[in-house]
Amino acid sequence: MRRQVLFEVARTFLAITLALLLGFIITCLVSSEPVYAFRTFILGPFTSVLRFSSFIETVIPLIFTGLAVSMVFQASQFNIGAEGQFFLGGVAATMVGVALNLPPVIHALVALAGGAVAGGLGGYIPGVLKARWGTSELVSSLMLNYVFFRLGIYVINYHFRDPVAGAMVSHPLRQTSWLQQFLPPTRLHWGVLVAAMAVLFSFLFLYRTRWGYALRMTGLNRSFAGYSGINTASVIIYAQVVGGALAGLGGASELLGIHRRFLWQTMPGYGFDGIIIAILARNNPLLVPVAALFLGYLRTGADIMARMTDITSEMVMVIQAIMILLITAQAFLGHIKHRMVVREAKEHAKLN
Amino acid sequence: MDTILEMKGITLVYPNGVLANYGVDFSVRAGEIHALVGENGAGKTTLMKILFGLERPDDGAIFLKGQPIECTSPHVAISHGIGMVHQHFMLVPSLTVAENVVLGAEPRRGLFFDWKRAASITNEIAQRYNLPVDPAARVQDIPVGMRQKVEILKALLRGAEILVLDEPTAVLTPQETAELFASLQKLKEQNHTIIFISHKLREVRAISDRVTVMRAGRVVGTLETDSVTETEISRLMVGRDVLLKVNKPPIAPGRPVLRVEGLCYTSDTGKEVLKGIDLELREGEILGVAGVEGNGQRELVEILTGLRGATHGSIWVGDEEMSHPTPRRVRDCRTAHIPEDRMTYGVADRASVEENLISDRFGQPRFNRGPLMDIAKVRETGASLVREFQIRTQSPQAPVMMLSGGNIQKVVVAREFSSQPKLIIANQPTRGIDVGATEFIHRRMIQSCQDGAAILLVSADLNEVMSLSDRLVVMYDGELVAHFPDAHVASEEELGLYMLGVKRQEAGEVATS
Amino acid sequence: MQNLISVILSASFGYAVLRVTTPILFAALGAVVSDRAGVINIGLEGMMLTSAFTGVVVSALTGSAWLGLMAGVLAATGLALIMGYFSLKLKADIILAGIALNLLASGGTVFLLYVVAKDKGISSSLASKVMPQWQLPLIKELPVLGRILSNHNVITYIALVSALAVYYFLYRTPLGLRVRAVGENPHAAESVGVSVHRLQFIALAISGALAGFGGAHLSMGYVSWFSRDMTAGRGFIGLAAAALGGRTPFGALVASLFFGFADALSNYLQSLRIPSEFVQMIPYLATVVGLAIHARGRAKRRDGRVA
Repeated sequence: MRRQVLFEVARTFLAITLALLLGFIITCLVSSEPVYAFRTFILGPFTSVLRFSSFIETVIPLIFTGLAVSMVFQASQFNIGAEGQFFLGGVAATMVGVALNLPPVIHALVALAGGAVAGGLGGYIPGVLKARWGTSELVSSLMLNYVFFRLGIYVINYHFRDPVAGAMVSHPLRQTSWLQQFLPPTRLHWGVLVAAMAVLFSFLFLYRTRWGYALRMTGLNRSFAGYSGINTASVIIYAQVVGGALAGLGGASELLGIHRRFLWQTMPGYGFDGIIIAILARNNPLLVPVAALFLGYLRTGADIMARMTDITSEMVMVIQAIMILLITAQAFLGHIKHRMVVREAKEHAKLN
Repeated sequence: MDTILEMKGITLVYPNGVLANYGVDFSVRAGEIHALVGENGAGKTTLMKILFGLERPDDGAIFLKGQPIECTSPHVAISHGIGMVHQHFMLVPSLTVAENVVLGAEPRRGLFFDWKRAASITNEIAQRYNLPVDPAARVQDIPVGMRQKVEILKALLRGAEILVLDEPTAVLTPQETAELFASLQKLKEQNHTIIFISHKLREVRAISDRVTVMRAGRVVGTLETDSVTETEISRLMVGRDVLLKVNKPPIAPGRPVLRVEGLCYTSDTGKEVLKGIDLELREGEILGVAGVEGNGQRELVEILTGLRGATHGSIWVGDEEMSHPTPRRVRDCRTAHIPEDRMTYGVADRASVEENLISDRFGQPRFNRGPLMDIAKVRETGASLVREFQIRTQSPQAPVMMLSGGNIQKVVVAREFSSQPKLIIANQPTRGIDVGATEFIHRRMIQSCQDGAAILLVSADLNEVMSLSDRLVVMYDGELVAHFPDAHVASEEELGLYMLGVKRQEAGEVATS
Repeated sequence: MQNLISVILSASFGYAVLRVTTPILFAALGAVVSDRAGVINIGLEGMMLTSAFTGVVVSALTGSAWLGLMAGVLAATGLALIMGYFSLKLKADIILAGIALNLLASGGTVFLLYVVAKDKGISSSLASKVMPQWQLPLIKELPVLGRILSNHNVITYIALVSALAVYYFLYRTPLGLRVRAVGENPHAAESVGVSVHRLQFIALAISGALAGFGGAHLSMGYVSWFSRDMTAGRGFIGLAAAALGGRTPFGALVASLFFGFADALSNYLQSLRIPSEFVQMIPYLATVVGLAIHARGRAKRRDGRVA
């Protein structure tokens, strides 16, 4: 078994290496200064305090959606809905941040809670439809993304829009609701702490509570869970709700910590990033920050590269795509693994 | 007769490390009906899937009429004249019979599919082999026996000389079975070779010329059917020839633990699977349910344990009415369940041994402190159960899939027996596991009875039900057809007659209370 | 309200519905073909985007809109085959593979756009071509109907013909029979020697080609430029339309028209100062509700037999 874990780790690293190699080859093909460009990409995030802090800022929302998707994946349910739930979280935080008048800290906490509740509701719908009637959560969560997006845009445009601002943005949030940036001149904000707590919560919930246990068993073998007396329908619902709440919390934290007014006119894309992170982290909450750091690092590096050289930052999306393809391809290096299994089984048969 | 087919040294390992076939040699003569027998999991189906190109062996070779062939896909196997009728029908429900029959070899008119010719082709071949079907009917609307005919026609249309049938009678009524056997004899007369997978020995005797016995992925012998008795075949199949020496000491039965009245169940396809079952079970006793598999035992157990809803009838566990139980309610009434299919229901194979050991009780206060689970307590429980039930594992934290079949079953048994059950429902508790584990499980069952539990033991293994049970009932075609108040006076021959529906007791005699 | 009804009944509105339906219909037909073969094509979005981009670049290079269209369709088909290779041969989860390909297309097109046009947003510096519009003889003479049906872009007519073609393909050809068999019971198909993977590859290729036409319509239909992520979720909407349409070509057509109707309506409503968001939401909500009712019916039938 340890050999197989090592094998998986090696496979992941090989996939990452191959994807980066491909990125380098592409750079060589289109850039007039490929080595410089690629070095900027790899080392960029460490070349100044501001760059490093922008790297960390990028990671915060990624952690939330990575956790959200992992939570739902652990129950063997699909989740494309983190995108819309994250968005809803941001909308709800805006509503609380603009409309309510509360003392500092408490205001921020209520706004965060609002985001979590909104995201959780967003997860409840696909969860209930799947648990009750077996409606594909893949399609329903995908469709709900668009519904939530339009709903959010409507709420902001018609009820919270700042008519003075040139662009389509909301009124600024009240200062009391902000997650303070604690390390000027960087934009690092207390969302880091919220993210860390979310990681801890997700880990404890999954591996240290009876609900998490029921969720994991349902994911590993739903028939077994049902036979054991676990109400698997309710597990499916709360897995989606908790996942949604985590995504919503992420949207709220991003709004309260960085933007301080609602300005998304498209979906910000963190939900799909969450899927990549969950795959890299093998749905383990403790590995989610590692995967999010890695992804955030690639993003930041690419942005810096785009500013300094003739390569656009979108190259990193190509690299990410190749990584997902190679990591999820079970048969990539699969024959080596099978030979390992055959050899062990034969040895075992000879012993008996 | 000449050997038409030979498989030599076939080895196949599944990705989870299970050795399905190991050095298997298998040969078939032209024009014979060759039975391939063995317990579930012995590797019969896997061997035939290799022949048909659905699985690739890790080792070994196949010879057809002396020539080596590579069965890399069903397409190749079909081109060599090999056809297979699978246990689970390989039909497309929404398509018509004719479309199913010609699928893969469709008649065409220009660019388009020629439906009329498909129907006439189907009619033609159906007449030639005397297997009448309705070409225009949708497969989802026709009965099981008819579907099987469609399957056989599919193979024959593709020129199958060697026809493999995987447990063809499992889903058939006795009349349909008789009809099938007549068709097979006719095919044999027309020089087809038939390989017939089964674990029903009477059928093997009735229809086959030779029989090959498999056990645990290996061939243990090939015999002329006429020269052996069923007992000899079964001895080869299970690999033990003595009655197990664990006899249950008789016990004065106490208060009733389980009462079942008029339990009926009709399946999705409209088949009456249970036709009014009455049972009573008392503290301290083991009631054995003997019968050939597929006579309603599985459904009875699944209804009693809340995995399936009954059509009507009532169930009481102790004093509580449980006519529409859920698994949770059943377990709260201190009922334990050893399921027939341990990999589907019994364990989550990627979870650890200790996680599997607490799946029915993780919500109890003793495993939780506030919102968090008491991991130390889980560890302690896991370790002590592993010790008590002699589960051979590297550690209680190792995933269940690393264990052998017998040890996986011990994980199930350890969980179920350690819940202080008043009622244990055990379905095939020792199927496909080694002798050591079997004896261990039997001893634990007896001990539970001495502690006051009642056990409903469902098993196709006659040795097992006869040596362990206090009382015995026989199930045939969804009914209880015999009741032996003292299991030890029943003889195997007599039970066999009831199990096959040759004999049945009067209604008064069967009443179990 | 009066105003609204007169808008909906106007010929120009009908014309607009057909126009915005076109790319959705292609995506929906692509989804139907791949769904029926048992492979869910989440990558439609990326395939459309790739085609839209390739079409613009090739038509600018060659000066021929038709060559651009062909190149776009080929590129989308190629992407579908890559998806097939990873999911069928290398056993990657097909949904994750689809998500990866969408990412690849989204990033890859912007990356290349910058290389060829030195712009990250729009290809307006490229002199790309637009597919011609066709006057339909006879039909164009009809009152109202003529104004709705005639004078569309060629690709719109290809879309309508494709719906018919997909119907004939699925229900009237041997290959279509096999596709349906593979999707419904792959083991059945395999057991009679039909190669499941080969058919799924074929279905994915067809699905990709259809998506390719849809993508080309976006960048070469009514505009002559490519902009980043210009598909804006139409591939996913196509998936929804296929599901809502019961996975049949004509069902998909009706569902696509419904999506197109809502889309066109929302454009008009904006001018009438009615919140367009709610109108735009309708198709998605309808999909969720439709699927839920469908699944509920199935669940009821299942329970009904047992009870």
